[in-house]
Amino acid sequence: MAETKRMTIREALSQALREEMYRDETVFIMGEEVGVWGGTYAVTRGFYDEFGEKRVRDTPIAEMAIVGAGVGAAMAGLRPVSELMTINFAFLALDAIVNHAAKIHSMFGGQFKVPLTIRTTTGGGRQLGATHSHSPEIIFAHFPGLYVCCPAMADDAYGMIKTAIRNDNPVMVIEHSTLYQTRGEVPLDQDYLVPVGESRIVREGKDVTLVSFSKGVHWCLEAADILAKEGIEAEIVDLRWLRPLDTSKFIESFKKTNRMVVVEEGLPQFGVGAEITARVMEEAFDWMDAPIKRVTAEDVPLPYSREIEQMALPSAEKVVKAVKEVL
Amino acid sequence: MADFKKADLLDMYYDMVLIRRFEERCAQLYQEGKIGGFLHLYIGQEATGVGAVRAIRKEDHIFTAYRDHGIAIARGLDINALMAEMLGKVTGVSKGKGGSMHLASREHNFWGGYAIVGGHLPLAAGVALRARYMEEDFGVLCLMGDGATNIGYFHESLDLSAVWDLPVVWLVENNQYGMGTAVKRASGVEEIVKKAQAYGMKEGPRCDGMDVIATYEAVKEAMEYARKNGPVLMEALTYRFVGHSMGDPERYRTKDEVRQYSEEDPIGKFGAYIKSKKKGTDAELAELDQKAAEAIEAAVQFAEESPDPTFESLFEDVYVD
Ligand SMILES: Cc1ncc(C[n+]2csc(CCOP(=O)(O)OP(=O)(O)O)c2C)c(N)n1
Ligand SMILES: [Mg+2]
Repeated sequence: MAETKRMTIREALSQALREEMYRDETVFIMGEEVGVWGGTYAVTRGFYDEFGEKRVRDTPIAEMAIVGAGVGAAMAGLRPVSELMTINFAFLALDAIVNHAAKIHSMFGGQFKVPLTIRTTTGGGRQLGATHSHSPEIIFAHFPGLYVCCPAMADDAYGMIKTAIRNDNPVMVIEHSTLYQTRGEVPLDQDYLVPVGESRIVREGKDVTLVSFSKGVHWCLEAADILAKEGIEAEIVDLRWLRPLDTSKFIESFKKTNRMVVVEEGLPQFGVGAEITARVMEEAFDWMDAPIKRVTAEDVPLPYSREIEQMALPSAEKVVKAVKEVL
Repeated sequence: MADFKKADLLDMYYDMVLIRRFEERCAQLYQEGKIGGFLHLYIGQEATGVGAVRAIRKEDHIFTAYRDHGIAIARGLDINALMAEMLGKVTGVSKGKGGSMHLASREHNFWGGYAIVGGHLPLAAGVALRARYMEEDFGVLCLMGDGATNIGYFHESLDLSAVWDLPVVWLVENNQYGMGTAVKRASGVEEIVKKAQAYGMKEGPRCDGMDVIATYEAVKEAMEYARKNGPVLMEALTYRFVGHSMGDPERYRTKDEVRQYSEEDPIGKFGAYIKSKKKGTDAELAELDQKAAEAIEAAVQFAEESPDPTFESLFEDVYVD
C-alpha cells in the first residue's frame, strides 16, 4: 500500500486533475467559469495561471457545445475534461451525452473512440429550488456506451478522475455539491486508479446490507453508527459506479445478511433502489428474509424553503428507521 | 423625449430606491442565515428594470431570469409577499417553494424568474404566440443577461420569434459579465444587438441602462414596434455593483472598475435629474427614501411572522387537481 495523505474531496479532485494535465499534454479542461473564476466549486482554482488559457478554457454558457465539442475533440485524439457546472445543466447537454458520447464508438463500428471525461456535481439540500436540486444520476446510467461514477470518498475522487481521463470511453464523474469539504486518506500514488465498475464494502456488518453511493454512503455511515449503539451491525456497500454496475459485492453481502436497504438521494420511481432490488430478486431471491426497503427523496420537486426541503430528502434517521423495518 | 409628470418621475425614483433597499436588506438576511440558496442582487441595475417595466402596459407580459427581484418590484408585486418568498414562507408569492430565483405573479402578468439560463426564452415566445393566435393586442418583454445570448435556447427562440413575427421585445441586460466571463470572452460579437441580423429581426438600440428615462423610451418604442410588427432585439448597457451571487470572490474584475461604475449610481443620477428639472426637491426625495425603508422593514416583519410551509405542502401543486 502506498502512503496516504489526508485531504478534502476538493483537494483530491484538484490534485488528480493537475497531475493528469502534467502527465499528458492532450488533457485539457473546458467549461463555464473553470478558468478566471477558478471553478464554481474551486476545484480548478489556480489552474488558469498554472496552465494558461489554452488548457483551461472558459466557455460561453453553452452546455450542448461544452459536451459536444468535448466529444469531437476526444474523437480527434485529445483528452478533454468537459465540466458541466452542475448536473441540472446536463439536461441541456443530454443529446450530446446520450446520442453522441455514448453511441459513436458502437454506431460507427468501433472506428472512433471518445476518451471524454465529463465532470459535474449533483445533489439537493442547498435551497436552490426545483430546477437546481436534482440528483438524476440514474438518467445517465441508463445508457450503454457511457460509464458513470460517483465518488463518495476522497480516495475515489482522486482515483476516479484519473481513471476517467485515462479510459478510452466517455466517463461521467458525478461529484456531490455538499461533499467537497469531506476529508479522507488519499494514496500518494500518481497512478492510483479505481477499477471501472468495482464497488466496495466501506463498513462490515452481519445484520443488514445498506447499498448506496455518493452522499448516500455518508447517510449510511451515520446510520450505522446509530444502529451499532443498539447492537445492530450494518454492512455498507458503496456502488461507486452506476455503470457498469457491480452486483457481486451487494449480492454476496445480502447472502450473508438476508436483509437490505437501498439509499439514494434521487427520486424513487425507476431509481437505483428499483434496479438493485431487481438484481437481488434475480440473483439471490432464496436468501431474502424480508422485503427490501428503499430510502429516497420524496416523490416531489424539491422546494426552496429550508425545513420542507430537508424533510423531502433522505437522512441517517430515515435509514435507521428503514433498517428497523426490515429486521 | 416623453413629457413625464412629476408624479411619474417620483414613482420611478421610489421604485428604484425600494429595489435598492430590498436588495440591501436581503443581503443582510442572507448573512443572518434567514435567506438561503443563491441570491443574485440587482444593485446597480435598477434603472434598467424600472425603465423597462414602466415602459410596457399592464396587459403586456414579462419574463426574466433569476436576477428577478427588481423586475418583480418594478412590476408592482406585493413587497410583503416578495420578502416572504425570500424567507421561504407560505405567504410568499410562490408559497415558499420558489425562493429568490423564482418569483412570479400571474395577476401581474409577471411569468417569473427562471434559473436555467435561457430557459425562459422559448416560454416568452410561446406566450407571445397567443397574441397572434387569438389576435390579441399584447406584447411580451423578455429580459435576459448577456451570457444568455450564447446558449442554444437563445438561437432557437429568436429564430422562431422572427419566423412567426411574434410580439416579443428581447431585452438583454448587458451588465458586461456572465458570472465571471466578460462579454468579449464569451460572444463572437461584442455588440449583442448585432445578433438580430442573423434572424432578420429588427435590431433595436443599445440604450443606457443606467439611465431610467433612456431605458423607458427605448423599451416603449420597441414594444410598440413588436406588437405591430414582430420581435426586436435590444440591449440595456448596465453594470452590477455587487457579486454575481453571494460569496462571489470577484477575481474577474478590479475593485477600481467596480468603484468607477458605482460612482455613476443610477439612483443618484436620477435624483439629480429630477431636481434639475424642478420636479422634486431634496426633501421630497428624502421622504421617498424614508418611505421605502419603512416598507422594507414592514415586509421583513411580515415575512418573519409568517408560517413555514408544512410537510404536506410538498405534495401540493405537483399536478393540477
Ligand atoms: C443552463 C445554465 N447553465 C449554467 C448556469 C449557471 N449560471 C447561472 S447564472 C450564470 C451567468 C449568467 O450570466 P448573464 O446571462 O449575463 O446574467 P447575469 O447573471 O449577468 O444577470 C450561469 C453560468 C445556469 N443557471 N443555467
Ligand atoms: Mg451578465
